[in-house]
Amino acid sequence: MSDVMIEVKGLRIVAASPGGDATEIVKGVDFTVKQGEVLALIGESGSGKTTIALSLLGYTRQGCAFSGGSVRVGGTNVLSLDEAGRRTLRARTVAYVAQSAAAGFNPARTLMDQVIEPALLHRLTTRDAARAKAVTLFRALALPDPEHIGERYPHQVSGGQLQRLMAAMALITDPAVIVFNEPTTALDVTTQIEVLAAFKRVIKELGTTAVYVSHDLAVVAQMADRIVVLNGGEVQECGDVDQVLDAPAHAYTRALLAASAGREGNPASSQAAAAAVAPSVPLLEIRGLSAGYGRVDRHGNPAVRVLDDVNLSIPRGSALGVIGESGSGKTTLARVVAGLVQRTSGEVLFEGQPLPPGLHGRTADQYRRIQLVFQNADTALNPSHTVADILGRPLAFYKGLRAAAAQRRIGELLDLVKLPASTAARRASGLSGGQKQRVNFARALAAEPSLILCDEVTSALDTVVGAAILDLLRELRRELGVSYMFISHDISTVRSICDDVVVLYAGRRVEAGQRRLLDQPPHHPYTGLLVDSVPALKRGWLDAHRAVGNCALPLLSENVSGEAEGLCSFRGRCPARVEGKCNVARPPTRVLPSGAQILCHRSADELKLLQPLRGAA
Amino acid sequence: MSRPIQSSISHPATQIYDEAGSETAAPARRPRRARLSWLGRIGMTLVCFWLAMAVFGPMLAPYKEGVLASTLSFAGFSAAHPFGTDYLGRDMLSRILYGTRYTVGLALAAAVLASGIGTCLGLVAAVSTRWVDEVMCRLFDALISIPSKVLALVAIAAFGSSVPMLTMVAAVAYIPGAFRISRSLAVNLMTLEYVLVARARGERLLYIARVEVLPNMIHPVLADFGLRFVFIVLLLSGLSFLGLGVQPPNADWGSLVRENIGGLSQAAPAVLMPSIAIATLTVGMNLLIDSLRRHAGFGQGGRP
Repeated sequence: MSDVMIEVKGLRIVAASPGGDATEIVKGVDFTVKQGEVLALIGESGSGKTTIALSLLGYTRQGCAFSGGSVRVGGTNVLSLDEAGRRTLRARTVAYVAQSAAAGFNPARTLMDQVIEPALLHRLTTRDAARAKAVTLFRALALPDPEHIGERYPHQVSGGQLQRLMAAMALITDPAVIVFNEPTTALDVTTQIEVLAAFKRVIKELGTTAVYVSHDLAVVAQMADRIVVLNGGEVQECGDVDQVLDAPAHAYTRALLAASAGREGNPASSQAAAAAVAPSVPLLEIRGLSAGYGRVDRHGNPAVRVLDDVNLSIPRGSALGVIGESGSGKTTLARVVAGLVQRTSGEVLFEGQPLPPGLHGRTADQYRRIQLVFQNADTALNPSHTVADILGRPLAFYKGLRAAAAQRRIGELLDLVKLPASTAARRASGLSGGQKQRVNFARALAAEPSLILCDEVTSALDTVVGAAILDLLRELRRELGVSYMFISHDISTVRSICDDVVVLYAGRRVEAGQRRLLDQPPHHPYTGLLVDSVPALKRGWLDAHRAVGNCALPLLSENVSGEAEGLCSFRGRCPARVEGKCNVARPPTRVLPSGAQILCHRSADELKLLQPLRGAA
Repeated sequence: MSRPIQSSISHPATQIYDEAGSETAAPARRPRRARLSWLGRIGMTLVCFWLAMAVFGPMLAPYKEGVLASTLSFAGFSAAHPFGTDYLGRDMLSRILYGTRYTVGLALAAAVLASGIGTCLGLVAAVSTRWVDEVMCRLFDALISIPSKVLALVAIAAFGSSVPMLTMVAAVAYIPGAFRISRSLAVNLMTLEYVLVARARGERLLYIARVEVLPNMIHPVLADFGLRFVFIVLLLSGLSFLGLGVQPPNADWGSLVRENIGGLSQAAPAVLMPSIAIATLTVGMNLLIDSLRRHAGFGQGGRP
C-alpha cells in the first residue's frame, strides 16, 4: 500500500455551463502511480488532462466541480479535505509546474524571493535555509551562475531558464508529488531538450513522483515510465511507455501515433509538381533584404536589425520552408513581404516586378495575390464578425462579388477547406481551434492568391488537427497551384510540406537548399543543432542525446578584430567554431554535396566529421 | 477547453471535420444577454425613470411652469404641494419635473457630443501615421490639463450663458477624456492579427477603423459614455449653482438648489428635493454602468 503514491478511482468532474446544465468533462478515470514513478497524461486539448492533473491538488477550475470518485495522494483522500487541509496538502505533498512560466512570475520581484516564497509562506524553514536550498536546486537544474541567478528579475532570464526556475519553486518544499503541465510546449526545440534533461535529472535525483501532462508523444517518451492516454475525459489506454509506443492497444493511440509519425517525413507528391514548373521567373525573389524596427539612422540602419542580407526565391507552385528559433526573424520576413514592415535595403521581386516596400503604392492586384495567414487563429479572426462577413469582405473588396454570388462563393470556399456550409452564420468564438484555422485559410483563398505566407499555422494546434491542416495545404496546392512561404520552428512540419528550405538564425540566412538537406549531414552547425533537438519517438533518446551533446564548446575570444559587422551570428553557440576564423572574418558561402548553400568557415568534410550523430541515429 | 471530442478518430487523413460539436457552438452563438445584478437593475430603473420624466415631466406636472401656486414660500410637504414650495411660492414638484428636461437633456446632448467626437478622433489617431497621432495626443493633453470647471467659467464669462453654449462647453471639456480612452482601446486592437490581415489586404484606414476596430471596443466606449454623462450632470449642476448655468425663469436642478438655498435654515424641502433628484440620477447611472462594465469585460475588446 505504501508503494502506491497516487491512486485515482472513478474520478468524475462536471463543468456547469451558463445555462445551468452540467457537462461531464472527466468520466470515471482510474489510474495509480507508484512511489518514484513518472506518469504521463497524454491527449489533445479538451481531453481533460489538465483537469485531472489539477484534481491531484484538490483543485478544480472555476465552474467545475468534483462529482464522484476519489483521489488519494500518499494515503490522504484529497477530495474529502477542507480548504485548510488542501492548503497543507499543496504545501508539502503536491506541487505544480504550469505551462507558461512567464505568466507565473511576478515581474516586480526578484526570482529568489519568488522561488523561496512557498517555503516561507507555509513556515517550513528559515529564509537563509531556503535560500541555500534554492541554490542547490538551481545547480541541480543546470541553471547558469546558480549563486547569483536568484538576484535577477524574471525579464532578465530566458524562457527555458524561467521554466526551470518554476520547477525549483515547486521543489523547494520537498513535495512527494510534482505535477508538470505542458512545461515545454511553449519553448523552442533547442531549449526544450535542455529543460527536459534538467527535469529528468532532478526527478531521478530526488526520487520524486511526477505526473507529466503533455500532448507531445515524443516528449513523453523521454520523460515517463508509464503513459495514460486520454480522450474526451476517458482513459483510452494505460501502460508502460514501451508497450504504448510499440504495441498500442487502442485505436485512438494508434491514430495519435500515426499523426505524429505523419509529420515525421512524408515524401509528398510535390516533386512532380515542382518539376512540372518551367524554370521561368520565380514567383517571389528576395535579394539582400535587411529590415528591422525602431528609429532609422543616417546610414539607413534601423535601431534593431532583425533581418540581415537575406536572399531567397520561391518558384511558382512550390513551397518554401523558413525555419528558425523564436527571434530569428521569420515572422518579420513574412511581414516585410506583405508590406506591414518596411524594409531598409534590398529588393523584393514579385513575378520579376519590384514590390514597393510599404503598403502604399502596391497595386490592388499585388495586394490580392499575396495573402497572409497567421499563427493564432483566435486573434486572426475578428470576434465581432460572422464567418460569412470574414469571407465576404475579400470577395467584395477584390472582386466586387455581392449578395447571391458572394453567398455561393462563400459556400465553395467553406467546402474547399472542408467546413460545413452552416459555419457561415457562426461567429469565430464558437469555432474550435482547427476550424478557426480553416476559416483563416479560406479568407486567404477568397482572394485567389498566388502566394500564401503561412506564419506558424499549425503551431497552436494539436497533433491530429495540425496533421489535418497540413493535408489540406497539400491538397490546395495540388488543386489550385498556390505557392507557400511556410514559416515554422518545427522541422518535421516543414519537412513534410516544403520543397525548399531556408534556415534563419538571428536574421541571417545560414543555410538554404532543398528539403533533402534536413535528412542527411553535413548541415550548417545551426541546422545540425535544430535537427538533433527534435525528440525522436523512442525511449532513451534524450539520454543518448545528452551523452553526445554535453561536450564543452571550443574556446573563442570575443571580437578580436573589433569589427563585428558581418561575423557569423551563430558563433556564440556553435559547436564547430574555430578560434581565429569565426571571430575574425565574415563566413564564406559554401555549397554542400546536398546542393545546399551554407554560411560557414568549415568545409563540408569537416562538418561531416563533426556531425556523425544523425547518421547513426 | 471543454469541447467534447468524439472518441472515434480514425486516421487523420480521413478525418475531415475537426470535432467542435455543434451542440457546444449553439449556446455560444446566442448573443450573450446581459443579465444585470439587482444593483444594476435598480440603476436601470432610476435612469429609465428620469429619462421618462425628461420627456413626459411637463405633462405630468400639477402646475404650469412658473405659476405662483401658493402664497406660502418654503412650505413643507402637503397634499397640494407634495415637494413643498420654493422661495416664491411656486410648486416644487412641477419645478423639478420641468427642470428634468434641462438637466437630463443638456447632459445627454453634451455626453453624446463628447463621446461621439472623442471616439471618432481617437480612432483616427489610432489608425493614422505616427505624426498625426502624436500631434493629436499632445493637443488633447493640453486640453486635459485645463480643469473643466475653470474652462466652463471662462467660456461663459466670455460668451454668456445659453443652452447651446452650455452644451458646447460641457462637450469640449469632456472630449479629451473620451479621446484618450478610445485611442488606447483602438491602439491595442490595431496590433491584433485580424487588423494586420485587413491592412495587408489593402483596406482603407476608414474601413479598418469602422468595421474591424470599432465593433470590438464599443462596450467599453459605452461604459465610458455613461460615466461622462454623470460628470456632465454634475458639472452643469455646479455651474447652475454658481448662477452661470440655465438662466431664470427656467431652472435645471442645480439652479433649483441655488435659488432655494435660503430655505436651508428652515429645513425646506425646496432645497432638499432637487438635491435628491441629482443624487438619484447620478447614483443610478453609476450602478447601471458598473454592472454593464462587469458584463462587457472592460478593456477586453479584442478577445471573445
